[in-house]
Amino acid sequence: MLYFSDLLQYSDVFFSGLKTTVELTVLTTILGVALGTVCATVRQYGNRAGQSVVSVYVELIRNTPFIVQLFFIFFGLPALGMMLSPWQASMIALTINLGAYSTEIIRAGLASISKGQVEAAKVLGLNFRQTLTRVIFIPAFEKIYPALTSQCIIVMLGSAVISQISVQDLTYAANLVQSRNFRAFESYLVTALLYLGLSILLRFAFNALGKRLFAYRTSN
Amino acid sequence: MIEFSNYDILRNLLFATQWTILLSLAAFIGGTTVALTLTAMRLTRNPVMQRIVKIYVELFQGTPLLMQMFLCFFGLSMLGYEISAWGAAILSLTFFTSAFLVEIWRGCIDTLPKGQWEASRCLGLSFLQTLRFIILPQAIRVATAPTVGFSVQVIKGTALASVIGFVELTKVGTMLNNATFEPFKIFTLVALIYFMLCYPLSLYSKHLEKKFNVSR
Repeated sequence: MLYFSDLLQYSDVFFSGLKTTVELTVLTTILGVALGTVCATVRQYGNRAGQSVVSVYVELIRNTPFIVQLFFIFFGLPALGMMLSPWQASMIALTINLGAYSTEIIRAGLASISKGQVEAAKVLGLNFRQTLTRVIFIPAFEKIYPALTSQCIIVMLGSAVISQISVQDLTYAANLVQSRNFRAFESYLVTALLYLGLSILLRFAFNALGKRLFAYRTSN
Repeated sequence: MIEFSNYDILRNLLFATQWTILLSLAAFIGGTTVALTLTAMRLTRNPVMQRIVKIYVELFQGTPLLMQMFLCFFGLSMLGYEISAWGAAILSLTFFTSAFLVEIWRGCIDTLPKGQWEASRCLGLSFLQTLRFIILPQAIRVATAPTVGFSVQVIKGTALASVIGFVELTKVGTMLNNATFEPFKIFTLVALIYFMLCYPLSLYSKHLEKKFNVSR
């Protein structure tokens, strides 16, 4: 038998966990995409040394599990004298993780911009920075927007792992509740549904944001 | 107290790697089997079947793999079904893998022009014949590279089985860390082993992608 009513008294635990997960997601999405943008630009237009540094970073992160990256940052770095709180460690790990994936995605967007557009911008007297921000970035981001946003949602779901270093996120809340009332199935099911709701909500939010960001297409 | 030399650490980690590989293989085989079934269900063009597949994908792509593992491991035992960590890990990784593979393969089949289905019907081929002789040979060629690429995600996903107590590479890493207090060394080694498992697959996937693009 399932007893979902036993969870009701813990609704504030779930709520505060949800809040932590949302906060971390918003923060790391912004920081991770920013990091990815910088790295992708270096990878596409930088000098050779910069390109290889970015490649090594991207390949290292993309080919190791997030939980190992998290443990490395949380347990490994303090051994070198860098003390980090669980919250800081998770934020850094999530940002680095999303940064690597978004580098690959954004780079594909940059590569898809035809050379003629860049040359035209040069001919019109735009310098490199202006070319990047006014000619390259907007159409590049528009092209990869769906891939980038679904990666952000994947990272949000992956953030469930940070409960393992005792960040009090939604998964931590689920563990706490089931350790109190032994309703493991109910607790995890409700949490899974909350994550599902969160990912659907995020997708809607990203779609709405995308319509606003790339509104220039329809307005002229 | 037991002392762990570098050799002991490496030996234990490499031994645990076998379990990571085994779990990855089991999950990949399970995932492919379920994904094939789901793809077949989707191709029948029966709206109910398509709906089921859609909900399945939404459910397992929209929830964290860790939560699926918890549900399979703690949740099912609370409901009275005894399940080992090994069983729960395979079960949840199968759900996870199949949900993503169905979507990947859907993209591959959808890239084939619709005219091929119509032409096959005009030529009097049955649904299964069309699938067997026309669609699959082409779809498999397109699907190989992303499927190999996704196997990297499966290997990385197995690391989460450590959380429910299945002793594989990550779990042995944390256990060794608790015994030696050398987290930097141990997690570097763990990460390197994962990298050596995943990177060749990533490279192979990229290679296949290039090959396919050239032949087109």
